[in-house]
Amino acid sequence: MPVTVRVPTQLRSLTGGAGEVAVEASTAGEALKALDALHPGLAERLFDEKGVLRRFVNVFVADEDIRFAAGLETPVAEGETVSIVPAVAGGA
Amino acid sequence: MDPVFVTALTCRECGRTYPLDALHVCDWCFGPLEAAYDYEAIAAALSPEEIAAGPRTIWRYRALLPVQDTRPVELGGGWTPLVRAERLAAELGLGELWLKDDTANPTGSFKDRVVSVALTKARQLGFKVAACASTGNLAGSIAAHAARAGMASVVIVPKDLERAKIAMAAVYGGTVVAVDGDYDDVNRLCAELVAEHPSWGFANVNLRAYYAEGSKTLAFEIAEQLGWRAPDHVVVPVGSGSQLNKVAKGFTELSKVGLLHADEGPAVRISGAQAAGCAPVATAFETGSDDIRPVRPSTIARSVAIGNPADGYYALQAVRRSGGAVGSVSDSEVLDAIGLLARTEGIFAETAGGVTIATLAKLAAAGVVGRDERVVAIVSGHGLKTVESLGTAAGPGVTVPPSLEAFEEAVGETGEVLLCR
Repeated sequence: MPVTVRVPTQLRSLTGGAGEVAVEASTAGEALKALDALHPGLAERLFDEKGVLRRFVNVFVADEDIRFAAGLETPVAEGETVSIVPAVAGGA
Repeated sequence: MDPVFVTALTCRECGRTYPLDALHVCDWCFGPLEAAYDYEAIAAALSPEEIAAGPRTIWRYRALLPVQDTRPVELGGGWTPLVRAERLAAELGLGELWLKDDTANPTGSFKDRVVSVALTKARQLGFKVAACASTGNLAGSIAAHAARAGMASVVIVPKDLERAKIAMAAVYGGTVVAVDGDYDDVNRLCAELVAEHPSWGFANVNLRAYYAEGSKTLAFEIAEQLGWRAPDHVVVPVGSGSQLNKVAKGFTELSKVGLLHADEGPAVRISGAQAAGCAPVATAFETGSDDIRPVRPSTIARSVAIGNPADGYYALQAVRRSGGAVGSVSDSEVLDAIGLLARTEGIFAETAGGVTIATLAKLAAAGVVGRDERVVAIVSGHGLKTVESLGTAAGPGVTVPPSLEAFEEAVGETGEVLLCR
């Protein structure tokens, strides 16, 4: 089903500058895979060699961190947004 | 000029290396950057004698710091007392307990260690404005060091901080910006501001790789003050988790460069202390999880009220690797611990110090901190900064008219209050 993936500034060089990309997917993992199919090179920035989501890449489905839902298996409903958000590395 | 042993910034996640600029995030995988050193060269160059001949500040360890300068930006922070705490140890049922008294720093907290490193680097890189996101202690330290260095400062804090912390930041003449939100909101704002203000050096954002290294000096001093021996167990307060990580790194480095006694490895157990109202790392520890679930802080311990701790994951790993634990304590336990520390050892700690001592008490009662261990607890900031959290408990025991008779009626021979008015 059609969903939207929101791409952070740091990765937009790979999407031709686009901040939002429409893909077909029913889980967060499928959405990211579909994004990589459209814009090759994104997957290696998001996943490590073992295919695990990198630690400082946060993925939200409808504003919920997928680490605290079903991870990459987290379902995405039609029209929902999957957001890729680099962790805020800073602070006291 | 001293030789420079720091070699590069490297990504903790993917290992990519970067030049020694104002960078803090890997642009490949978003991991945090950390200073890397040539430890072989340091081992060859450094000796206990040479360190002992250095200044009585954090800069006696300059070989192991990420910036070199013959005149660092400083107020004399570091080389704080390590005091044996026999009376507190007896109360807690512990054997050999020491307190690292960082209330003795120039602006009253351990932040003078990290800020001195950050602003020395900031000046070297040509930044005109020193900035930070702060829960209070950092703001005061940045403003003071910037004043000393003749730099402008902009410190950004949550609006409902303790009065003393706001005053300590404002008095030095920099700009204090209060944000209508919590620390995590302030932190996110600063992450955006960094991109907009290239002439601003944010101590704990774009200068964080340098800044954080300053906390290693806690470990260096503890070991040197114990005669170049590592303690068995160190208890550290956890806000962002940075201090705990760097204390662990500090002991590891001392072992690597051969400064610890030959019979000792760096096998220091490290335990973390959090306030129950903001305990994302303690929760992950207790549930055996690697994922730190962010929380909305609700605690009087404002200086460690960070709901989304940047170094929480690494702090958790450092604790687990060392065989330590992360505990959490209620606000009333924090207040009791502030009183206990003050009564038994004459040290007045801010709420974060109360968190540490209360957690130490809890870990001691649970047997996690052992009677046979040489234990060090880090008391990270001064109690005058958070005096309003004590409420009326810290007031006069009795009020009397200025007459001998009334005084004698109210106060007994051992100093106790005989009657309350």
